[in-house]
Amino acid sequence: MSTTGINWFKYSSPQAIYPLAGRMIPWFAAVAVGVIAIGLYIGFFVAPTDATQGDAYRIIFVHVPAAWMSMFLYVIMAIWAGIGLGLNARPSFMMAQAIAPTGAMFTFLALFTGSMWGKPTWGAWWVWDARLTSELILLFQYIGIILLRSSIDDLRRADRASAVLALVGVINVPIIYFSVKWWNTLHQGASVTITAAPTMAGSMVTAMLIMMVGFWMYSFAVTLARMRCVIVERERQPSWGKPASIPDVVEAR
Amino acid sequence: MSQPSLSEALRGVVRRDLLLAMRHRSDVAMSVFFVVIVASLFPLGVGPEPAVLRTIASGVLWVTALLACLLSLGRLFTADYLDGVLEQTLLIPQPLAVLVVGKVFSHWVISGLPVVLLSPLLGLQFGLSGESLGVLTLSLLLGTPTLSMIGAIGAALTLGLRGSGLLVALLVLPLFIPVLIFGAGAVSSSLAGIGSEANLSLLGACFLLSLAFAPWATAVALRIALE
Amino acid sequence: MFQTVALSGSRGERRLFSDVNVTVKPGTLLAVVGENGSGKTSFLRMLCGLLSPDGGEILWQGNNIRKLKELYSAQLTYVGHLNGIKDELTPVENLKVSACLAGDESSGGVVQKALEAVGLGRAVHRLPTRVLSQGQKRRVTLARLWLSTRPLWLLDEPFASLDAAATSYLTQQIQSHLSRGGMVVVATHQEIDLPPDCIQHLRLTQ
Repeated sequence: MSTTGINWFKYSSPQAIYPLAGRMIPWFAAVAVGVIAIGLYIGFFVAPTDATQGDAYRIIFVHVPAAWMSMFLYVIMAIWAGIGLGLNARPSFMMAQAIAPTGAMFTFLALFTGSMWGKPTWGAWWVWDARLTSELILLFQYIGIILLRSSIDDLRRADRASAVLALVGVINVPIIYFSVKWWNTLHQGASVTITAAPTMAGSMVTAMLIMMVGFWMYSFAVTLARMRCVIVERERQPSWGKPASIPDVVEAR
Repeated sequence: MSQPSLSEALRGVVRRDLLLAMRHRSDVAMSVFFVVIVASLFPLGVGPEPAVLRTIASGVLWVTALLACLLSLGRLFTADYLDGVLEQTLLIPQPLAVLVVGKVFSHWVISGLPVVLLSPLLGLQFGLSGESLGVLTLSLLLGTPTLSMIGAIGAALTLGLRGSGLLVALLVLPLFIPVLIFGAGAVSSSLAGIGSEANLSLLGACFLLSLAFAPWATAVALRIALE
Repeated sequence: MFQTVALSGSRGERRLFSDVNVTVKPGTLLAVVGENGSGKTSFLRMLCGLLSPDGGEILWQGNNIRKLKELYSAQLTYVGHLNGIKDELTPVENLKVSACLAGDESSGGVVQKALEAVGLGRAVHRLPTRVLSQGQKRRVTLARLWLSTRPLWLLDEPFASLDAAATSYLTQQIQSHLSRGGMVVVATHQEIDLPPDCIQHLRLTQ
């Protein structure tokens, strides 16, 4: 597979990933905690109070980065799934499996904070806003992928079937977003659109970006930790790596 | 070395499925009755005010069509999977994605087409008239093949799994949303008098897109399921 | 010529066989034997291209079957563990459809002759397959071999639930296929009554 001098696949076997991930997790976790703390500090104490929404708007420092992450992670998961299908590489399937729950968690976080923001801002916990609705459908897709995987006993089939579903979803996410937006303009009377304050202070943008970096670090740490669990779970399987029986060929000619 | 031509293989697949449907006419009748009954429940639940019924008509009828498609998805590959016909289908020396189109087409003829043909009648039940009835039928005619096409992916992914009926609903319903929005949107915009062309052409686009991708994804999923 | 090179396969996480090297030359039969669960069916499905191997390759005339894809499917007739016929259709309809999908001649006369060759009289031709016995259903499935013009036959337990008469019809048909230069791979528990110089055995052990 590798044509250059470096054998990249050496680093892609589960046995090599396991200790490597173990060494990386504490660093990512520590950076995540630090960066998220800084981001929250800037968001809650440094960023100015919004003229129209008061302090309630500060939830967007969690909401917006979480929503970004939910989409990033979906795309990354689909890319790993695609690599897995294309190269028949087990570690990429494991990666996709490890990312899915984190992605679902961020999607849920985005929805939850969205509705917390919605209550004081528009007086309703839920509005059928295009972005919120697409986010909800994204959550359904994450759940579908996790459920499909867990209801297939055969690991190989589970890997590949959920990969196909992830790829189908990646084509669908933009279509769904577009269609919901279209639907929303059709039913304009009932809808309110979430748009971040048109003129955002520099410190707001900074806080959001810092939070996103923190969420990235968190995702790395959690995904790698889950990856280790997946590897251990699969290693337990009986015939993994053991020498197999060799059939004898008898030529009667 | 014998090899069927593409059209021969496609015709063979379609003919067998339609022949089987002829032997199981009650299956077709069931999905039709399902639609009629579900659609009739809404006025009973919501109340008989014609104005209310007219506003919910497009949504209700479209969701009903969606559910009818969903319920019939189990029939798409399961029987073939159990009796080994699917295995033989995978070995037909023609692209599997094209044969999948054949299977989906016959599935649509059995489960989607009856709903389309019935829809003007159901529309009348909800007080739709004239142009909007036509738009409803046209939107279903354009949309239900897309539903079958997308549904086939879910049916293939969940083939032979325990609880696959429920699982397929969870996987496929989110993917149905664009079709639902454009389909129901076409009818409501025609009722609102703002013209349904945009929605109908988006439905057409959905159909073409699903025709391009879904059979291929279904073929991959079938090969995975049969390993 | 048909060849496997260092073929290994597993089912779930269980390794079934590894490093299988066999060559099937025209006019010969490979009998795959082994206990229940030793991987005979998986091996055959792998040779069909339905199952992908863990390692090694399967070569048809020197080309990997993964590359040949449909070109390779056009070379083989597979009779699986499942019959692959529809209960609701009659034997004639079943056979017509499968012959048509294989690109073989599927006229009524040819199909009826094939059914008669496996010992199914005209009385059952027009009955739904559902009402036939297990052995009769198997015969309907095997009648495809009388229509097949493909060089490679992959047969999974073809003799199961067949009576003595049907077994001998099938053996004769296999023999005439071999004498035409065909190749056959059979997974079986039974001894096949063929001249020993055209049979080789592959024993799968656990």
